[in-house]
Amino acid sequence: MRLKLTHTRYVLFVLWICLLFVAPTPSFAKQKPEAPGLELARQAVKTGKKPTTADHSQFKALQQSFTSGPEISKACISCHTKAAEQLKETLHWTWLDPNSPKDNVKGKAGYSLNNFCISANGMHDHHCNECHIGWNTEGKKTEIDCLRCHGQKKINWEEVFEDYRYFTESEDPEENALAKDAQAEIQEAAQSVGYPTRTNCGSCHFFGGGGDGVKHGDLDSSLINPNRELDVHMGYDGQDFDCVRCHTTVAHKVAGRIYGTPASDTRQSLLEHDLEAKIMCESCHSDNPHHSNSKMNDHTDKVACQSCHVPEFAKVLPVQVWWDWSQAGKKKDGKPYDVKGPFDKPVYQSGRGETKWEKNVIPKYFWFNGSIQGVTAKDIIDPSKPVKLAWPVGDRSDKNARIFPFHVHQGKQPYDIENKTMAAPLLSGEHGYWATFDWQDSIQRGADYLNLPFSGKIGFVETGYVFPSTHMVAPKEEALECNQCHTRPESRLANLTGFYMPGRDRVNVVDIAGWVIVLCSFGGIVLHALGRIFANGRKREE
Amino acid sequence: MHSTKMVTTYLYTRYERFWHWLQMVLILLLLITGFEIHGLYSLMGFEQAVNIHNFVGITWLVAFAFFVFWVFTTGEWRQYVPTTKKLFSVVRYYSFGIFKGESHPVPKRKGAKHNPLQRLTYLSLAAMLLPIQMITGIFYWTYNSWESWGLGFLSLNVVALIHMAGAFFILTFVIVHVYMTTTGHSIFAHIKAMITGWEEIEEGVKIEDWEKAPAGRFSETVSAEKG
Repeated sequence: MRLKLTHTRYVLFVLWICLLFVAPTPSFAKQKPEAPGLELARQAVKTGKKPTTADHSQFKALQQSFTSGPEISKACISCHTKAAEQLKETLHWTWLDPNSPKDNVKGKAGYSLNNFCISANGMHDHHCNECHIGWNTEGKKTEIDCLRCHGQKKINWEEVFEDYRYFTESEDPEENALAKDAQAEIQEAAQSVGYPTRTNCGSCHFFGGGGDGVKHGDLDSSLINPNRELDVHMGYDGQDFDCVRCHTTVAHKVAGRIYGTPASDTRQSLLEHDLEAKIMCESCHSDNPHHSNSKMNDHTDKVACQSCHVPEFAKVLPVQVWWDWSQAGKKKDGKPYDVKGPFDKPVYQSGRGETKWEKNVIPKYFWFNGSIQGVTAKDIIDPSKPVKLAWPVGDRSDKNARIFPFHVHQGKQPYDIENKTMAAPLLSGEHGYWATFDWQDSIQRGADYLNLPFSGKIGFVETGYVFPSTHMVAPKEEALECNQCHTRPESRLANLTGFYMPGRDRVNVVDIAGWVIVLCSFGGIVLHALGRIFANGRKREE
Repeated sequence: MHSTKMVTTYLYTRYERFWHWLQMVLILLLLITGFEIHGLYSLMGFEQAVNIHNFVGITWLVAFAFFVFWVFTTGEWRQYVPTTKKLFSVVRYYSFGIFKGESHPVPKRKGAKHNPLQRLTYLSLAAMLLPIQMITGIFYWTYNSWESWGLGFLSLNVVALIHMAGAFFILTFVIVHVYMTTTGHSIFAHIKAMITGWEEIEEGVKIEDWEKAPAGRFSETVSAEKG
């Protein structure tokens, strides 16, 4: 009786101990308070959008008749007297990286290259200049177009000025009345100004590389009106952030990375420095964003927030992943042609070559200290292997480097076999490749614009170009699970070696020896047990 | 099958039994979660496995501190002093004698609960393997603080290697240990003893001098029982 009682008591006790362990584990906790990083960020953005103190339709300067774009800009500058001079110092206007070497200056107006439309040929390719923030495609030879970024009403300026001129000069009074309508439209658009919206920034940044979603993967027209699911910060049903909410701007300098210069060299939160740009996640979320007992906080020194919180990109619209220029120039019946493929996107264009598109792309991960190393039209390349036209800088030993997700765009493009440099063909215009389909001539013209030599010997080399994936931040429920990296063999970080990661790595000798010992001991006891059973049976028989 | 008369003796105190079974639960949980973290299978998910492993690991540290206190204050440490005397007979018994129905050369008695083989095994476990697991476990757990603690020279690779090797030894121990519990005079005799504290042992077995606790504390009880 006594034995039985103790027995039950101990079984109960062991069960109770088991319960003790299960109880404090997260899945059993019902209502969890918000993570400190989330609470902090919510507090930081509590006031919502910046209020305005001016109604621009009341300003006399904007009530005059405008006959051209630059006149509108002059009106803007008559009040915002320093705006133009501020802007002309920024990358948005210069297209030159101020922190690159003088003799090999980076930037679209410099020697930078990519594996999309390759080069802007020192701003001589007018097609590229469509995204330059002047009033025409002549590059810096025009006045700043303030409305490109600040205009809240999108109109076809060229057309409306043309209409206005035409109807004003007309002798038909009915057409003169139409001129008034055109002027009213111009004035209304000139007076509708404000902080840049996603539409303003997106008109260039969502269409880089010559089309929607060609370049970034995490930036395309789906972000003009995204839901929270697509981007927690920009979603209309979430925080509804505009780009400048994080890309904070001081004197027209917009926070963000400029080629090799990181977006921020500190990882400070606004609590540490209230005038710091809000460009880093840490700015609002701090570098200890998760619950205090969370192992996730231990990751923030080596793993960028984006690595887990941007689990995939191109979530709504496809992104281009491959552009093979070597296939360009084919014709059908003597005429250039296009072939459409999946997602209704071109897979072949005579003027561009072969392209491939993907949706819901899983990023590739690299160590990244915020700087991107680029190859320019002046740099000597090694054509025996794929050329990294833009590649993240950093490794594990770099204190500022963290694991960061990237979209890697690959392709094939022309290079100068003799000089071992990347070619910079002129594409648009009557002498551009798109009109002539002549590589020799277009590359020669492109080289002339850049004052670079060209041997005339063209080859095609594979290239890679990276974009950090930092937009399209998923709701926290969709952040990566531990075992998407802490696993083998399909770890997202399988390519990053030189460090031990639990779940992904193992020391083969230990594992093999360990299992041999375990199996031997198991085999040993089985044999021993069989021996005892056999011996027992024999004794009974005796 | 034994002709010798069996007597029931109270061998394991309440704390000992509690510690034993607590250890069992903790080790089992650590093995299950540990091998999941190592990527052997997917049971509760990596995150949950890590959380439980860390929690149980810390619990283990606390529990082990109590064990160390107990083992020294009660003088029970003497039960773990290693000896080579009769070690060979015990090995011989488990290799041959057990099949012939021989008696155990060093049966359990109060004051001498462990045979020489057990002494060696449990000492290695309690004084080496488990502390190694605890130390490497703590290092593993505090990986992020190495730098600030001046332990930057440590390599997670090495720490993980030792911790994993330890895990395999513990798993091996568990397998053999559980099997050995069936080698008593009946299959569940030893397990029952560890639950109730009362072990059936052969009557009138003499405790050798070398087995006796030097302080004589245990010999008194033993002789009292014998009488």
